[in-house]
Amino acid sequence: MSEQTATAVEKKTVRFIITRQDSPDSEPYEEEFELEYRPNMTINSSLMEIQRTPYNAKGEKVAPVAWESNCLEEVCGACSMVINGTPRQACSTLVDSLEQPIRIQPMDTFPVLRDMVIDRNRMFDALKRVKAWIPIDGTYDLGPGPRMPEVERQWRYELSKCMTCGVCLQACPNVNDRSNFMGPFIIGQVDLFNSHPTGEMNKEERTDALIGEGGLQECGNSQNCVQACPKGVPLTTAIARMNREGTKHMFRKWLSR
Amino acid sequence: MSTHRSFFNRRLHSLLGVIPVGFFLVEHLITNHYATEGAQAFTEQVEWIWGLPFLPILEIFFIFLPLLYHGVYGLYIAFTAKNNVGSFSLFRNIMFMLQRLTGVITLIFVTMHVWETRLQVALNDYSADQLTHLTADLLSNPVNQVWYTIGILAAVFHFSNGMWSFLVTWGITVGPRAQRISSYVWAVVFVLVSYIGLSALYAFADPEFTNQLAQW
Repeated sequence: MSEQTATAVEKKTVRFIITRQDSPDSEPYEEEFELEYRPNMTINSSLMEIQRTPYNAKGEKVAPVAWESNCLEEVCGACSMVINGTPRQACSTLVDSLEQPIRIQPMDTFPVLRDMVIDRNRMFDALKRVKAWIPIDGTYDLGPGPRMPEVERQWRYELSKCMTCGVCLQACPNVNDRSNFMGPFIIGQVDLFNSHPTGEMNKEERTDALIGEGGLQECGNSQNCVQACPKGVPLTTAIARMNREGTKHMFRKWLSR
Repeated sequence: MSTHRSFFNRRLHSLLGVIPVGFFLVEHLITNHYATEGAQAFTEQVEWIWGLPFLPILEIFFIFLPLLYHGVYGLYIAFTAKNNVGSFSLFRNIMFMLQRLTGVITLIFVTMHVWETRLQVALNDYSADQLTHLTADLLSNPVNQVWYTIGILAAVFHFSNGMWSFLVTWGITVGPRAQRISSYVWAVVFVLVSYIGLSALYAFADPEFTNQLAQW
């Protein structure tokens, strides 16, 4: 047997077991797919391959797997899904780094719309609740804001990496249908805007919202969030900082009335 | 204010776990440890405590009610968690699961323990001597020895790991280094307090202890 035929026989393939769901109310089911191996393939490129040739492992033509993606460089947070048990981004997950068969599931902490497409609106609602922005719009020019100390800038840079991907909510044991916890990310976002020299002017409002229903107090210190966060956002440090702030806020509010 | 109710409840739960519940646990185990010095030493300690002024008020407001709140609200907290140590077998996540598990075990254990000891004293109007007898009898049973070992270890674990959590919850240990060192410190506390608790347990269970009682 020549070497050429040997490689043809041992054509390397990658096997996927994908949890699919046709609509928000339908039951999920598993479907297997087998793709030809290509160097440097990612989960995102594999899903694109399935989109091009939507045949399952049995050779049946099926509806292509639906998923969201946008930036393809792990900054937008859209393509988060559970890959081999770990919530992460499809775009930055290399097939070479995974054990086979590769299991792909939607992040089921969120409502599943279809296949890997989830509804992350609860995160955006939470950002609105805590007013995670700096109000600078007005009817006249407010002039330049205060300068920011370098240490603050460095701290805020780490927090600013949050891309609202939802991985921390999927990893947290206290984010589930029995609890109303807004999720670990929201605590980092309050810290981000509270430690901005201009944002600080509205920090009482944000802290007040953060210790409302489903807020800071729902954290049980499992610290999964900081381990799971793909951007390395120092969530548990932000949580402890906001814990200190929340306690002070509660007493201040009590004693000044 | 009503919107901050759950924040307040959770903070109260955390605070009561330390003051007075955690404090009482340690005090209780240290008192029990006098059993290692013999039945007489233990009985004297019991008499000293029973001589404290306003004892029923101390017991109700500084032990029973805080414990009840901590236990009931803690059960609620435990059942709102959806443990995922299967997919995240990380140290802190395992501690998170164990904190809830030991909390439930401790609640069951403490309920039985209060019935078997404190309420028996109240119902039968026992003297300190009779309480020492009761405890020695109870702990001479091997089944109770195992159950009490589990109960003490669960309670002390829940206390030690709870202290770690308390320091985070109140924003005292903020950074990862501080929290790691705190883990070591409370691990040492767990070992020491468990030793104090278990050595008292085996002192009561020792046949020598019962012999001493018989000679009175």
